[in-house]
Amino acid sequence: MTADTPLTGRQTDDLRAIAGMIIPASAAFAVPGADDPAIQADILATLGRDAAPVRTALDRLAHLAGAPLASLDPARREAAAAALRETGSEAVATLTRVVLQCYYRDDRVVRSLGLEPRPPYPRGHVLEDGDWSLLDPVRARPPFWRRA
Amino acid sequence: MSSDPVDVLIIGAGASGAAVAWSLAETRMHILCLEQGGWTNPAAYPSVGRDWEARFWGDYSPSPNIRGRAEDYPINDANSPIKIVNFNGVGGSTIFYTAHFPRLHPSDFRVRSLDGIADDWPVDYDTLAPFFAENDRIMGVSGLAGDPGVPERTPPMPPLALGRSGALLGQAMNRLGWHWWPSDTTVATVDYEGRARCINLGHCTPACAQGAKASTDITYWPLAQRAGVELRPHCRVREITTDEYGMAAGVVYYDADGREQFQPAHVVVLACNGVGTPRLLLNSASARSPSGLANSSGLVGKNLMLHPYAQVYGYVAEATDSNRAPPTCLWSKEFYETDTSRGFVRGYTIQFGRGAGPVMEAVTSEAKGILPWGAGHHAVFRRLNGHRLTMSAICEDLPEAHNRVTLDPELKDSHGIPSPRIDYTIGDNTARMMEHGIARAKDILGAMAATDICVNSPILYGGWHLLGTARMGADPERSVVNEWGRAHDVKNLFIVDGSLFVTSGGVNPTSTIQALALYVADQMKQRLANLFD
Repeated sequence: MTADTPLTGRQTDDLRAIAGMIIPASAAFAVPGADDPAIQADILATLGRDAAPVRTALDRLAHLAGAPLASLDPARREAAAAALRETGSEAVATLTRVVLQCYYRDDRVVRSLGLEPRPPYPRGHVLEDGDWSLLDPVRARPPFWRRA
Repeated sequence: MSSDPVDVLIIGAGASGAAVAWSLAETRMHILCLEQGGWTNPAAYPSVGRDWEARFWGDYSPSPNIRGRAEDYPINDANSPIKIVNFNGVGGSTIFYTAHFPRLHPSDFRVRSLDGIADDWPVDYDTLAPFFAENDRIMGVSGLAGDPGVPERTPPMPPLALGRSGALLGQAMNRLGWHWWPSDTTVATVDYEGRARCINLGHCTPACAQGAKASTDITYWPLAQRAGVELRPHCRVREITTDEYGMAAGVVYYDADGREQFQPAHVVVLACNGVGTPRLLLNSASARSPSGLANSSGLVGKNLMLHPYAQVYGYVAEATDSNRAPPTCLWSKEFYETDTSRGFVRGYTIQFGRGAGPVMEAVTSEAKGILPWGAGHHAVFRRLNGHRLTMSAICEDLPEAHNRVTLDPELKDSHGIPSPRIDYTIGDNTARMMEHGIARAKDILGAMAATDICVNSPILYGGWHLLGTARMGADPERSVVNEWGRAHDVKNLFIVDGSLFVTSGGVNPTSTIQALALYVADQMKQRLANLFD
């Protein structure tokens, strides 16, 4: 673990494995899993202030799994992941969030949702005006705020 | 090190500090504002980058404890079910708000007379009405006249579009026969006074890169500075000092280089919000005022009101606006005024939200347990994402002395100044109101056949509205400042922020905070010849 690599090799491997269990690849939706190399690189590059709780969560995972997660058979892997999620700790919530926030900004994933892979600014979005006649019954109501 | 005295020293450059600075500028007095934060750079706001949603959990978190910037002060809010949120910088929390801009109702100023609880305010709606209108003009409010749920007003800009979400919600409210109306907001819907119109970035709350959302750094401050007001950012006030007559003499502060300075002043105006203002008064204790400055009533820091939010959301079959428009679109006043058959007095506004972005959707749905891990994840996410609609009952909080701001014995900010500690519980009346709001929100979602209903009650990081901790009133034993904002104990010390609130109403308070600040400034101007009598 160095300043450039905030996780140990074992933690990095377990992060990749658990991310792929949280969000597996899907041929049906034509999307990668969260264990995709580009998404993993994004997670590691942007871990920042989340690094400490993520390490805590991965250490907990290592304890629950007893071995590198990817080396376990599917049943033991699922059991370890379920046990991790059930801890409900802030560290596990942070681990899950960093996986989700990097996954759902990946260009391929964003496009698969029918969205454009770009920040909101500067192009913004178009908002349809809506049907203002819906307000007619409300307009017809007499004032009902309380006079004081 | 000391400086030449100024006529008026304002502490805090947020919603109220900016308004009072602008109003007093016409007096041509030497006015100085000290602000602990700096100017923010719109080019660095979250919505300009691909990590726009993620920054909500980092450097653009609403919680100062999470943001942890040097200009933020930590707050011990462990003993509160609602965490304090704010923003420190030029513009204050108007940088970081939803821009929902309702006013308190006339009945909110008369709760003792009307409902037999708490206290009446020493001012009323009609007195503040011209200041509401002036503030609407300068902040730039969009909205629609003709709402039967509120007193008539004429917003200077047309309302935000209904969009898909607004139309779906309006249809549901019509089915139930309940009031709804497009919200007043400070989002510019047309080009306005140098501000570009909204282009629906959608990520409004953590600062608007377009500049369409009114924050006082782009509304009041340019006007105030052009009129001669001096604004010094990155200057954090430690304490207000007094002279041998008990008058405020000036302030001790740390400048941008961290050096201790003394700034003498003839008048000191506190505009630090309902947590920052009592913190500073308590940190200004002296031999003359051992329990804190302006605190002979013992009420500084007490009666903290936070507006607990009961939030309910669900998912409809139709596509919503999601994150692609300003998040708040409508309000309902159906349950605002007292109806004792509901089991509580006073009431709440329902604030309607258009939806959430994909990362927020994923993170919050996973946390709620409705978004699974594993093979089912993708199908469920596609059913949820872009289909959420939200209702938040913003509930009137009543003043209770045990809800309070004190000084934490250990926690300090980056300058070593004692930090505030919050002790707060939700009162019984408010708790019943929240349950009512949850039930009505579920009725609304039911009228849309929404599924996967989720409740956040209270919203954990929902302590936006910091009110009541230096209340105004005529009786020095039951209030901290008088009817026009001057401290009973210190006749050249004024307070203009949300601390003044006697009761909270059930609306976002920024409009009323700013109207009050303009009112206090107007009173000061009218009384300049005998301001200290």
